[in-house]
Amino acid sequence: MSEISLQIDGKEVAVSAGTTILEAARSLGIEIPTVCDHAQLSPYGACRICTVEADANGRTNLVASCQYPVEKDMVVRTKTEQVDKIRKVLLEQMLSHAPDSEQLVALGQIYGADRDRFEKEASFCILCGLCVRYCAEVKKKDAISFFDRGAKREIAFLPEIAMQECWDCKECFPLCPTSALQAAYVLTEALMTPTEPAAPSCGGGCSSSEGCG
Amino acid sequence: MSRIKSPAELEAFRKEILAQRDPDKPCITLCSGSACNATGSGKVAAALELEIEKQGVTTEVVSRRTGCHGFCEQGPIVVIYPQGICYLKVQPEDIAEIISETIKKQKIVERLLYVDPNSGERATLEEDIPFYKYQKRLVLGSNRKIDPRSLEDYLAVEGYQAIAKVLFEMTPEQVVGEVKDAKLRGRGGAGFPSGLKWDFARNAPGDQKYVVVNCDEGDPGAYMDRSVMEGNPFAVLEGLMIGAYAIGANEGYIYVRQEYPLAVANLTVAIEKAEEYGLLGKNILGSGFDFTIKVHRGAGAFICGEETSLLNSLEGKAGEPNARPPFPAIRGLWSKPTNINNVETWANIPMIINKGAAFFSAIGTESSKGTKIFSLVGKVNNTGLVEVPMGASLRDIIFKIGGGVPGDKKFKAVQTGGPSGGCLPEDLLDTKVDFDELSQAGAMMGSGGMIVMDEDTCLVDIARYFLAFLSDESCGKCTPCREGIRQMLKILTNMTKGLAKEGDIDLLFELAEATKGSSMCALGKTAPNPVLSTLNHFREEYEAHINEKRCPSLSCKELIAFHIEPEKCKGCGACFRKCPAEAIEGGKKRIHVVVQEKCTKCGGCHEACPAAFDAVKILSGVPVPEATPEEARAIG
Ligand SMILES: Cc1cc2nc3c(=O)[nH]c(=O)nc-3n(C[C@H](O)[C@H](O)[C@H](O)COP(=O)(O)O)c2cc1C
Ligand code: SF4
Ligand code: SF4
Ligand code: SF4
Ligand code: FES
Ligand code: FES
Repeated sequence: MSEISLQIDGKEVAVSAGTTILEAARSLGIEIPTVCDHAQLSPYGACRICTVEADANGRTNLVASCQYPVEKDMVVRTKTEQVDKIRKVLLEQMLSHAPDSEQLVALGQIYGADRDRFEKEASFCILCGLCVRYCAEVKKKDAISFFDRGAKREIAFLPEIAMQECWDCKECFPLCPTSALQAAYVLTEALMTPTEPAAPSCGGGCSSSEGCG
Repeated sequence: MSRIKSPAELEAFRKEILAQRDPDKPCITLCSGSACNATGSGKVAAALELEIEKQGVTTEVVSRRTGCHGFCEQGPIVVIYPQGICYLKVQPEDIAEIISETIKKQKIVERLLYVDPNSGERATLEEDIPFYKYQKRLVLGSNRKIDPRSLEDYLAVEGYQAIAKVLFEMTPEQVVGEVKDAKLRGRGGAGFPSGLKWDFARNAPGDQKYVVVNCDEGDPGAYMDRSVMEGNPFAVLEGLMIGAYAIGANEGYIYVRQEYPLAVANLTVAIEKAEEYGLLGKNILGSGFDFTIKVHRGAGAFICGEETSLLNSLEGKAGEPNARPPFPAIRGLWSKPTNINNVETWANIPMIINKGAAFFSAIGTESSKGTKIFSLVGKVNNTGLVEVPMGASLRDIIFKIGGGVPGDKKFKAVQTGGPSGGCLPEDLLDTKVDFDELSQAGAMMGSGGMIVMDEDTCLVDIARYFLAFLSDESCGKCTPCREGIRQMLKILTNMTKGLAKEGDIDLLFELAEATKGSSMCALGKTAPNPVLSTLNHFREEYEAHINEKRCPSLSCKELIAFHIEPEKCKGCGACFRKCPAEAIEGGKKRIHVVVQEKCTKCGGCHEACPAAFDAVKILSGVPVPEATPEEARAIG
């Protein structure tokens, strides 16, 4: 594979095509904060904490480093005033859902985030999708999924699958950045309250039980 | 008719069709677009058929049901050619007279003509109606001349001439070159140069490639794509086929919004006809080029209009965006190179090939060429679809075509670009319709939504309204969009309720910056626009809401009160009778009083009070005066 050279925080690096900015930065020992990134899972780009500033093809953009592939002669800055400001707001937004998350609190300290800035939201989940993706990509069980969209988006277990698969697995619990509790709570709820199985969300908001395929 | 096997056969067939048509013979066209159908076009059509028989003019007139003309609020619309006599709001009972007077005696039925609300003048011909007069209907124009389900009609307006030229006289590179030279930019929102995009897909490695039509059109109130698709589906098919040849695709998909049944129906008929005549399928016109099209009905979500979400939805996956790059041109439908364009973009293609890039690029501004269709709605006299050359000013669209703001209200702002567009004030009305100029002014072209607002519109509330829409329609995948919109919406809602705090404006800017800067897709990246553009142009309205708990437009319900001025009230009781909440204390010859606790702020009393008395006032930001004591309410 062809090598692509670029510059990150002033340091030159050459990596193979298709490498993400985050991976390239890590190879240089440069730390970029992440929340929804996971070594075993494909990049998802939900939390946006990993946003960095990148110059490429004569333009400067803010991009999610965990997803954005390196480009030739790219110049990346992982810490700028604007980037730090954005990370701070994003952390404050996530902390309004999960004020006790150790990971978020620790990151919040670095970026000066005020965890009480926004009114607390009833859900503890920050919708990072680690549990959903782990179950789908690694366990290939799809026992947990996203439902609804926009501000109403949430995760839920599909009771008929969860009933069979989850008792002996629970591998998604420790992945949850809000402390393992959120996924556990939703699972218990799913298994305790017998409900009509709902169709997985297509994000498209159709009510059709066949989804929108 | 069997398959058309060569360009020569196509031209022969076209000649035959044209020879059978006498351009001087009266032709009664009736709009049968979705809007006119809703106002009774179906019944008018039945009456027309019946009356033509009954009055014995079957051989003297032709009748035709066409697509949308754009002036939908005046439908059902009848236009009689060759003169172009235009009748509006035609009902079945008008038909007998139209035939006996206009067709038989060449006399005009005055009451069905357009009356200018400003001057009171009537217009007989379609081209004399100001709404049409200042338009340039290069794309929409054919809608009124053809039956969307008739291939013959399409052939009569140069249909399929472009594909014949492309397949037999041009290489794919030349086709891409022509679109590049035309400087066509995408009509779906972002305004990306179409030729360049075609080039990416063309040069992307891979044998299997796809072309896609985006007819998701989720902007509330917008229906330009619906009208093109319903009214002239063959043009979209032809455009798509040209694009397919150019990039090297043999399969196309048309993604149509769930709520557009007529578009799907007309499109389905068009595809069947095209297949029947060999204008789709294998070896088109004997060129060796194969092309098939499938129609896919959308899931009914705004985000499915975003290209990567649309492609996911087409594949049967959740309609949520993917990160770009990779762009669809490299990795699109089923991971194959895919070129996706908007309906209006595709509909421009046959014209560009027929008339040439030079013709097209001579229209418009330096950076934006051709025409653009807008959906003009809101506080404007003439609403509907308007197609103008790029470079037309917002002022001309709103005042010349739209006929200005109704009543004696003052213009306040125009919102362009759909839910995540921006609001521009009066002093920016000379801004030109141009991708870059609109963006620089803080609005955007978007897909062509244009909402006019008058002095009664509160712009803080407008920003709240759009953010509420976006909060529901965001896919919810990424934090800055989902949470940023949630927080901005909370602040805006508080403002309209008088609960805003000092510092809220700064917080809005901060949230907007994060959402704009770090969201994954363009929904999030543009979601702060309604907030930012109103903050930039109407900041004083925000400050009034925050600092004085006052709504300058007297529109935010929780910040206003209705009050009857005792000195002005004549005790006529008009307000008392109108009030649905029994919130007015009245009585014969008594000063009327609004009981604030009961008032639902419907505004009924304000409208009911005779203008000569003008006793009902809307207050905001000031305390409501004490009610006149019971014993002091007798008048005179
Ligand atoms: C939230 C969102 C909604 C969109 N909706 C539409 C739509 O309804 N129709 C459309 O043609 N493009 C829509 N777009 C733009 C498409 O992503 C894409 O840019 C367009 O289809 C490309 O076609 P064009 O180059 O011909 O404009 C939308 C974009 C976003 C971010
Ligand atoms: S439960 Fe935890 S891991 Fe799952 S999406 Fe929510 S925050 Fe992420
Ligand atoms: S910006 Fe909004 S709509 Fe786009 S991916 Fe993120 S949450 Fe979804
Ligand atoms: S605003 Fe409506 S509810 Fe209130 S007093 Fe007037 S008419 Fe009655
Ligand atoms: S780590 Fe990149 S978006 Fe979450
Ligand atoms: S549908 Fe008849 S004018 Fe639009």
